[in-house]
Amino acid sequence: MNKQVSHIGIAALVLLSALIVGTTYWQTWANAGLADRQDNEIRLVAQFSIKRGKIYASDGRTLLATNVSEKRAGRTLYFRRYPTGPIFSDVVGYSTQTRNRTGIELSYNDYLTGSNANLDSVVRSALDKLKGTTVTGNDLVLTIRPAAQALALRLLRGKCGAVVALDPSTGRVLVMATSPTYNANLIEDRFGVATRTSLPCGAPLLNRATVGKYPPGSTFKMVTAAAALDTGRFTPDSQFYDPGYCEEYGKQVRNAGNPEAPETFGHVNLSTGFEHSINSVFCNVGKALGAGTILDYAKRFGFYSLPPLELPESERAASGLYDHGRLFDPKHPDTQVDPGRLAFGQERLAVTPLQMAMVAAAIGNHGAEMRPQIVERIVAPGGKKIAHLQPDQLGQPIKRQTADELTRMMELVVTGGTGTAASIPGIKVAGKTGTAEVGRGNIYTAWFAAFAPADAPRVAIAVVLEHQLNGFGGTVSAPIAKQVMEALLR
Amino acid sequence: MSTASLTYAAFFFALYLAAHLATRYAVPFADPYLLPIAGLLTAIGLTEIYRLNPTDAFRQGIWIVVAVALFAATLFLLRHDYRRLETYKYLFGLSAIALLLLPILPLLGLTVNGARLWVHIGSLRFQPGELAKIMLIVFLAGYMREKREVLAQGRLKDWGPLLVIWFLAMLVLLETRDLGGGLLYFGIFLAMLYVATARIAYVAVGLGLFLVGAVGVWKVTPHVQDRVTIWLHPWTTNKVYCPISGRLDLRQDCQSYQLVKSLYSIGYGGYGGTGLGKGTVANLNGKQIIPDLNTDFIYSALAQELGLIGAAALLLVYMIFVLRGMRIALLAEDGFSKLAAAGLTFGFALQTFIIVGGILRLIPLTGITLPFVSYGGSSVVANFLLLAGLLLVSNRANRDMLR
Repeated sequence: MNKQVSHIGIAALVLLSALIVGTTYWQTWANAGLADRQDNEIRLVAQFSIKRGKIYASDGRTLLATNVSEKRAGRTLYFRRYPTGPIFSDVVGYSTQTRNRTGIELSYNDYLTGSNANLDSVVRSALDKLKGTTVTGNDLVLTIRPAAQALALRLLRGKCGAVVALDPSTGRVLVMATSPTYNANLIEDRFGVATRTSLPCGAPLLNRATVGKYPPGSTFKMVTAAAALDTGRFTPDSQFYDPGYCEEYGKQVRNAGNPEAPETFGHVNLSTGFEHSINSVFCNVGKALGAGTILDYAKRFGFYSLPPLELPESERAASGLYDHGRLFDPKHPDTQVDPGRLAFGQERLAVTPLQMAMVAAAIGNHGAEMRPQIVERIVAPGGKKIAHLQPDQLGQPIKRQTADELTRMMELVVTGGTGTAASIPGIKVAGKTGTAEVGRGNIYTAWFAAFAPADAPRVAIAVVLEHQLNGFGGTVSAPIAKQVMEALLR
Repeated sequence: MSTASLTYAAFFFALYLAAHLATRYAVPFADPYLLPIAGLLTAIGLTEIYRLNPTDAFRQGIWIVVAVALFAATLFLLRHDYRRLETYKYLFGLSAIALLLLPILPLLGLTVNGARLWVHIGSLRFQPGELAKIMLIVFLAGYMREKREVLAQGRLKDWGPLLVIWFLAMLVLLETRDLGGGLLYFGIFLAMLYVATARIAYVAVGLGLFLVGAVGVWKVTPHVQDRVTIWLHPWTTNKVYCPISGRLDLRQDCQSYQLVKSLYSIGYGGYGGTGLGKGTVANLNGKQIIPDLNTDFIYSALAQELGLIGAAALLLVYMIFVLRGMRIALLAEDGFSKLAAAGLTFGFALQTFIIVGGILRLIPLTGITLPFVSYGGSSVVANFLLLAGLLLVSNRANRDMLR
């Protein structure tokens, strides 16, 4: 009988060993998968037991996100509050129980919860856990200037659109405002109220500055002109004759303004064509360069890729040609794309305000494009700095000389061309207007892109306004750009 | 440290000391490992129950006192010769059936979670099945010891009583829808039959019959089908019919709610666990996530708080218990003792496997207690009686060896 006893003994031990194997499986291999499950309430409690790091504006004092603690079932839970209400919502985002997270709250979740791989944080979080004290996350200081941000939002009030301002030499994002916006404090309990807006364009949760895709209109002439000069095919003095239209595929493409009586400039050079935003001039430039070259330069500026900003991927969009809602990168651009219309910003182009600000900043920064960045520094709870912003050059889309020639041309736009509304006394401003038809009567998407001071810019800006009835870039967007730039240069 | 937890510790220590002294007096030659292991497991269980629900811990404490008293009484009564129990084997067998039948009786029975396993007298509830298990093992040990040669030959006449009692037990379990119990008894039966007859063919036939029976039961019983579906597909991405609410719901929000939440609990433990008392058992609104946490699902609470290291250590403790139990069966001189010790030990291991395996999704989940650890009076009492049985057998075996 003893043989049989040892057999069933072994069988019993095998069964119990299987339990150890099973436990190991769930606690190691399957662990991450289980944690990601939407209905995992334990994970949710754990997240809310962490005292998330605070988020500050660039002055290090203006509090954008903080916590309120609440005792529930013997546990201290921390919930987010956003003291500035709607002013920073699109950048900071929110962190809630039911709607999860967006914005910096999502992309910097690891740092904010102290679960980043940084050695200091790892040790500290582990010690906190061992001691049973609350895990405290790292604080963030953003690059956004609170006063200018508030001003930009005020200027956008009642309109649909966005303002993005960058520091051209470092890539710091100084303003990122979008309208309509929402109050992040209401997301958890009053989502309906938070997402309601009286503006016809709707979608207040959308960060128009980074995902809003607009026809760029004449602001795209910055890219075309850059290509024209950089390839050496044209100089600012290149001569054109403007009959008021441009001939393409045997049809007349008229200049902006009243189609029955288009403005006609006659003999002009490229610089004047840029200053007065003459479509026929750029149409001819486009035909000479070909769509492929223009798109190449657009790509050098960052079109066709997600701008490398610290916001979550889903809150950024690539600029470029869009066909039926999808990014369209033509294999044979010279046959698939109309070069004339492309050159003055029509065709199927759709551009984000951030991308347009990056183009202006690169031109202002002598052709060197800096990576846009939004997080100035990360500070551990003890006050120790974990990381700080380091300027990073993305590339050199155009030569220094090209950039400087283009700057002169952009200055003319503000001193005597379409963008005079943006001029600031005592400071040289370089800019470009854009007024894109949206295909319905006199309703336009009004753009203005600029940088100042022109010789050594400290700010580059892009302003876009949707659905402007008879509103042109030079009349509605340029004044907003002016005021925000003034606030930033002060 | 609160006074309450210190009081529990002092009280528990005193109780263990009493049990130890009773053992030293009544069965001085008994295996020295088993009682400390039982004490350790009971202490782990009581700690976890106290952490989850102090009121339940108080009740459990009282049940432990009752269990230790019955344990000591059993040792005293049977310390000279437990083997006379063999004489009453049929009484044990029939009592086991009677106990199993109790919950079906109209006034006494109580249905919990779809299984009719409980008997209640006033506010006192217990599961007679736990005690029936031990009685059935005593019956099987007695009967198989007597008939092992003829059983091995396979004469139908000798199989009669065995099969009758056997068939009755299975019928009752089917009626009460106690699937875990059914699996447990069947496993114990096959293991003991194998020890008695040394015929592996019986085990094979038994397993075959079991599979056929299981498929049959699965076909006709919606309750069983439900359990299997939960086991195979606890998560759904689309809403399916939820028999609990009668509406469409994700399965993880319906039938497999407890299993899935329990897996989350285990997974959250990771390698090191959260630490005893520091785990998360309630959701953001303070509601306990798993309703049956301190009975059927106590392992998932322990796995979260002790982590892989602690949970594996706990299972190793169970393995040591099984090793010592099997050692006792090996050392025992007579067939009855061998069969009883092997049956009790195998039953102990199988019960652990059925509940923890169910929680870990190794097998379909059926409600059954984790020996010594789960909250539940009848379980604690039954397991201490099982321990008493093993100690009695080992006392005799070791004493005979020393002589």
